[in-house]
Amino acid sequence: MGIEGIGARVTRKEDKRFITGKGRYTDDVRLHGMTYASFVRSPHAHAKIKKIDVTAANNMPGVVDVLTGQQLVDDKIGNLICGWMIHSKDGSPMKMGAWPAMAPEVVRFVGQAVAVVIAETRNQARDAAEAVDVTYEELPAAADISAAIAPGAPQLHPEAPGNVIFDWTIGDEAATNDAFAKAANIVAMDITNNRLAPNAMEPRAAVAEYDTAEEHFTLYTTSQNPHVARLVLSAFYNIAPEHKLRVIAPDVGGGFGSKIFIYPEEMVALWASKRVERPVKWTSDRTEAFLTDAHGRDHLTKAEMAFDKDNKIIGLRVKTYANLGAYMSLFSSSVPTYLYATLLSGQYNIPNIYAEVISVYTNTTPVDAYRGAGRPEASFVMERLMETAARQLKVDPAELRRKNFITSFPHQTPVIMAYDTGDFNASLDAALKAIDYAGFPARKENAKKEGKLRGIGFSCYIEACGIAPSKAVGSLGAGVGLWESAEVRVNPVGTVEILTGSHSHGQGHETTFAQVAADRLGIPLNQVSIVHGDTDKVQFGMGTYGSRSGAVGMSAIVKAMEKIEAKAKKIVAHQLEASENDIVIENGEFKVTGTDKSIAFPMVALAAYTAHNIPEGMEPGLKETAFYDPTNFTFPAGAYICEVEVDPGTGKTEFVNFVAADDFGRLINPMIVEGQVHGGLAQGIGQALLEHAVYDKSGQLMTASFMDYAMPRAEDLPSFKVSHTTTLCPGNPLGIKGCGEAGAIGSSAAVINAITNAIGNNRLEMPASPDRVWHAIHQQQAAE
Amino acid sequence: MSTIKLTVNGKAVSADLEDRTLLVHLLRDHLGLTGTHVGCDTSQCGACVVHIDGRAVKSCTTLVGQANGTNVTTIEGISRGDELHPMQAAFRDNHGLQCGYCTPGMIMTAIDIVHRHGDELDEATVRQELEGNICRCTGYHNIVKSVLDAAGRMKMAAAAE
Repeated sequence: MGIEGIGARVTRKEDKRFITGKGRYTDDVRLHGMTYASFVRSPHAHAKIKKIDVTAANNMPGVVDVLTGQQLVDDKIGNLICGWMIHSKDGSPMKMGAWPAMAPEVVRFVGQAVAVVIAETRNQARDAAEAVDVTYEELPAAADISAAIAPGAPQLHPEAPGNVIFDWTIGDEAATNDAFAKAANIVAMDITNNRLAPNAMEPRAAVAEYDTAEEHFTLYTTSQNPHVARLVLSAFYNIAPEHKLRVIAPDVGGGFGSKIFIYPEEMVALWASKRVERPVKWTSDRTEAFLTDAHGRDHLTKAEMAFDKDNKIIGLRVKTYANLGAYMSLFSSSVPTYLYATLLSGQYNIPNIYAEVISVYTNTTPVDAYRGAGRPEASFVMERLMETAARQLKVDPAELRRKNFITSFPHQTPVIMAYDTGDFNASLDAALKAIDYAGFPARKENAKKEGKLRGIGFSCYIEACGIAPSKAVGSLGAGVGLWESAEVRVNPVGTVEILTGSHSHGQGHETTFAQVAADRLGIPLNQVSIVHGDTDKVQFGMGTYGSRSGAVGMSAIVKAMEKIEAKAKKIVAHQLEASENDIVIENGEFKVTGTDKSIAFPMVALAAYTAHNIPEGMEPGLKETAFYDPTNFTFPAGAYICEVEVDPGTGKTEFVNFVAADDFGRLINPMIVEGQVHGGLAQGIGQALLEHAVYDKSGQLMTASFMDYAMPRAEDLPSFKVSHTTTLCPGNPLGIKGCGEAGAIGSSAAVINAITNAIGNNRLEMPASPDRVWHAIHQQQAAE
Repeated sequence: MSTIKLTVNGKAVSADLEDRTLLVHLLRDHLGLTGTHVGCDTSQCGACVVHIDGRAVKSCTTLVGQANGTNVTTIEGISRGDELHPMQAAFRDNHGLQCGYCTPGMIMTAIDIVHRHGDELDEATVRQELEGNICRCTGYHNIVKSVLDAAGRMKMAAAAE
């Protein structure tokens, strides 16, 4: 089934509704009698709530109710949880402060909700929210890591003395120190990973409906994992029992991690819908999104790499401070620990690694997983170090990497990960060829004649994807298992419906998942449909993040398909009086090998349901379920090379070329994979050049709209040259590794390495704005 | 309150609305045309772009009064029955979308770009002209391809008529 099956560049099945305006996103949902919610949010980064006067708001036109944080507490709605336990190096559990969905006593970041107005129209709700009179007593704020850990810093949560949530380590400290003592050369640097706002184009939204007769809740929400939302809302937040709550995540307009989490607004919408006995809709505006969607990154790192006299790495020592914001969000503790420090071996053979991660509270929006989650931070540290080392050791950056590449697999790193397979030389070779590395010196010379500074920068990343296996993540502190489920329903006419626990919010699952089934059964793609995102339809699933949909979600489908095929073969063998071992599937027919006997797949499906002639004792029907839990993570890897020209007069960086050579294992639909890479690159390049969530010292977010936060636009980005090399992942039936985050993980370092190479000054932080680059150039000139 | 009369996708519409009502809310909440999206509140992202009298306009910062008496076309109004507009077809064929949220606004802007630049379009011009539309998914690579492809298709379609 080459035309539409695995490996085919099929245009997407879901596109028609999106290009004709028929997509159905949460804000498009309108229910009979629906009311609108508008939140009253704190203007202060840190303050005590002295009094909330709702009298004026209650008397405003259209107001149905005004609800406060105290009422939430009185109704015993639970505090938000963090689902990943981390222990400090002294063995004590992480210190978690309470996070109520609306603050009853103290607010800890600008934008934290303290009350909500429910009204007949959106505008009436907003008008009345402005009329809620809140009296605050302002407290001193700590708006960044340095302020939070300074002596005498404002204390955010009584549970976390000194604002330290945990001080965690990984690796062997003594052995690493020994390696550094023996080193011929040591490369050391301070590295900042700037704070980002994820900014999915669809703002978060929730529509909640309570059925008083059935005592049943329905929640439409912008979620990447509706089943986990239902689990958490029922098990931890006391909003509804799991069987009385249906969560639907319809079309979702991008997530990038920010829609994994369960947010206060979803909890409040559900709770309020029961209180007012009417459906409640809340839709974030963009400023609310900047203030309340979990932010990403925000690390301060001191990193050192030790080399022997042959330029082989013998040790890596890293100390990272991670800002988790004012509260611990759902996965926040895992991001700077197991998703970050376990990737600090990069693509390199490093015998000794020791990393310490200190996570701190600050009076800022909570920080959690954002595209790549920990892995971009790790990759940035490693690839900035390698490039800096090459300059310090005066060796070619490609050669230094090559010398230290892991070349034999499986490879056990000193920081937990066991890389299953890969060919890092192949990716680097492909990227070097694509960018014509040999021709670079001449191009640099030509640029110089035109007054431009040209630079080239490398980044060879690796990531751990396909976030599962349950046992592994459990041993690392996760509160859930991370497998995936699939149910394959073959209808009597031979069409197929696949129910999956993965969630699609732009990744094209309706196409790629269907390609897998179409490929195996030899049926046209339009006879397969994918059902996802509704807890009443799909029994359970863990959702989409960490590039897990292909490696884990599709593998579950394959497992269910195998059961379908096995049963279908039994039916065919029975009808054709052959051995089931002799039945093969070819071009949509079940055939007896070596004969001309066959039955078309739709007839097999029909036979399963008519059940007139199936093996004795066989259950009628053709429907199978599988839960798939892999044994290891997957390890996509690749080489990115960026060539830039910097105008020394303005500091403006222009892309000359950006090449990406990735190894994602098997590609189901190369067109979709390339699209994912483009998007990831844009996010990584955006971080490197433009994006920055900036707080002032008092904790006000200075970049709370698209007018202040520099989102990458079409003119800011180059056209990318992407290519693939392939080693198949041995850990899952399709050989898939995952492609969703690679671009965001690998690209930032390539850009900064290219700019610092161009300007000859290695001290440059992200985002490398023209202003910063210009100053770095002049600083360098002054030093010379 | 004012009475607003305008034409939306060829149909006459009349509604009594608060003066502060934005065009996007008339379209989405009153007419059920949910293809036009709101992605920001500051006219930066372009998810809400529609055509007013044939020109691309951001409906999230257009008051209904400003649209009074005009001809408004939304994403729902550009195909002819089952026949997609060439720009829609080009976005599908070039994988110019992922989550689809910015897509209607992108398509409406892109049609306007082609109308204004005709055959003169090149990659640099398309990138410059897309300045008012943000996409977080695609990295623009395939959107730019889609617009250039559609320019050719629109020219052929015009020639055929």
